[in-house]
Amino acid sequence: MAKATVRIPTPLRGFAGGLAEVVLEGENVGAIVRGLADAHPALRPHLYTADGHLRSFVSIFLNTSEIRTLQREATVVSDGDVISIVPAIAGGSHASAGGPRPVPIEATAPATALTPDELKRYSRHLLLPEVGLRGQRALRRARVLLVGTGGLGAPAALYLAAAGVGELGLVDFDRVELSNLQRQVLYGTDDVGRSKLDAAKARLEGLNPGVRVVAHETRLTSSNALDLLRPYDLVLDGSDNFPTRYLVNDACVLLGKPNVYGSIYRFEGQVSVFDARRGPCYRCLHPEPPPADLVPSCAEAGVLGVLPGVVGALQATEALKLLLGVGDPLVGRLLLYDALEMRFRELTLRKDPACVLCSPHATQTGLIDYPAFCGVAEPGATADDLPEVTPEELRAALASPDPPMLVDVREPEERAISNIAGSTGIPKAELPERVDELTRARSVVVYCRSGGRSADATRTLIGLGFTNVRSLKGGINAWAETVDPSLPTY
Amino acid sequence: MTAVTIAEDLVDALRGLASAAYPEECCGFLLSPAGDRSRATPRRVVAIEPAPNESAEERRRRFVISPRELASAEALAGRRGHEVTGFYHSHPDHPARPSEFDQDHAWPWYTYLILSIREDRSRGELGAFELEPTRREFRVVPLEIVPATAEASPAPA
Repeated sequence: MAKATVRIPTPLRGFAGGLAEVVLEGENVGAIVRGLADAHPALRPHLYTADGHLRSFVSIFLNTSEIRTLQREATVVSDGDVISIVPAIAGGSHASAGGPRPVPIEATAPATALTPDELKRYSRHLLLPEVGLRGQRALRRARVLLVGTGGLGAPAALYLAAAGVGELGLVDFDRVELSNLQRQVLYGTDDVGRSKLDAAKARLEGLNPGVRVVAHETRLTSSNALDLLRPYDLVLDGSDNFPTRYLVNDACVLLGKPNVYGSIYRFEGQVSVFDARRGPCYRCLHPEPPPADLVPSCAEAGVLGVLPGVVGALQATEALKLLLGVGDPLVGRLLLYDALEMRFRELTLRKDPACVLCSPHATQTGLIDYPAFCGVAEPGATADDLPEVTPEELRAALASPDPPMLVDVREPEERAISNIAGSTGIPKAELPERVDELTRARSVVVYCRSGGRSADATRTLIGLGFTNVRSLKGGINAWAETVDPSLPTY
Repeated sequence: MTAVTIAEDLVDALRGLASAAYPEECCGFLLSPAGDRSRATPRRVVAIEPAPNESAEERRRRFVISPRELASAEALAGRRGHEVTGFYHSHPDHPARPSEFDQDHAWPWYTYLILSIREDRSRGELGAFELEPTRREFRVVPLEIVPATAEASPAPA
């Protein structure tokens, strides 16, 4: 026999003399809970069915574990254990019983009026029966979280603010760079160097003072994602990397929120709505991320500036449809856009019956370590054991009697912008087949724009047996800043 | 029997949620200022918080809110000076009245709001219900829709 504390949930306290908890003795969970019902008979019908079984929607926890995952009612109790009775809430429309039923109450609330300014501002919406006053009020009440305010988030934020979405949450932590302005239309030349969120907030509030812009100047992580997403009606994923994309997907599935997804690559874009409540999630499409070095970012691969404009506007369209409850959302459909062919195609996506996250057999019940899952280093963490050379060290080495061979792994278009004198251009993808152009007798330094591709190339060369190879830290942009200011950065 | 008040903004928000979830059921929590459990005054629903419908069966006719979600909603409500005083759910293409299943699975004390929603979204009826302590009846309770207040919001701010 052990003594355990039984916690009684609020709705049942009235049947247990108002008590929030009682201490009872018994050898297992079943005996103790039956003891509780014996002491307070009014509790019995709420805990047990007429034939004496625990009701299916009464969940009982021993300390932090649900007893269905232990030995159910036979689970042995130790002194000091805490048994909690927790309601699982259920219901449904089907199997309506016959006989007299309460008369439903018609909700005839007057409309919450729009102000005269709002009527003018949104008049083109109000003319649409699919929007109208009711839809416009729904937009005003809505909260949308944009993850990323770059190429995709910028046009989406502008259109959602213009449409009168009541609250826009923005998650970003970057500063505006000159190279952003080719596509990130939220920002102007004067914003370069400014925090993206400060600039975005000012621009969006200027566009529509009726919109509340909430800046979350932070990196989205496994520890803050659920709390950050929870208050929002839907999430618009404008992120540019796989760890964040999986994190947004998983948090949306766990919270039951739609995730309006978009991604871009050079001239091509993808859009879908992942809503695990009624369709597949991103993991149904991609259970595993691709190898990290196979996926170049915009900074590496380039992107047509207007492409994220098209894709971000499509995401904004889907977000508005979901908020208004109109039309046919892109749930279960992946829209592919090819700007060069100027063609849209559509793929049907199916819910993966074995999805680890959103299927009935889900094994993942919380957020995980996404950088590790995607095989990339934690942001800000130093690369494992990558041999690197700083621009100053490289300058000294190049002036020495035995200078290293300098290999530029960028694309020819980038070499045309700027390059370090004396370097040999071998694009990263061609490196394995052109490795003979490198001499193993000399040391090798590899560089790219900012250090990402050269790190990959360095690892490739080490894998091919090169022992004296290093990556230029910060790439040619760092070189230009510290050694040769005459070179342009990009 | 307790009367319940709900701000009109929240009714609009409920309609939006039910419409967005259609043809599946949507569900979530009703929040009242902490202390409204004393039945002296009408229970004021001042915020709603959507919950994921975790039903493993047909979500067009079932909803389930797990204990984990309830615990996390209670914690969140507590931090904002609210408490969970009930639940809402939608009945797609069914009237706004409790099914036998609703009654079987109901808990006393809580307020249950049921909103009917049809495919054309033309109208939705709203009903408020509470389970009798005997569990014999799921009784309709008077529901009053009141003008939106500063405190009312679709989800707690």
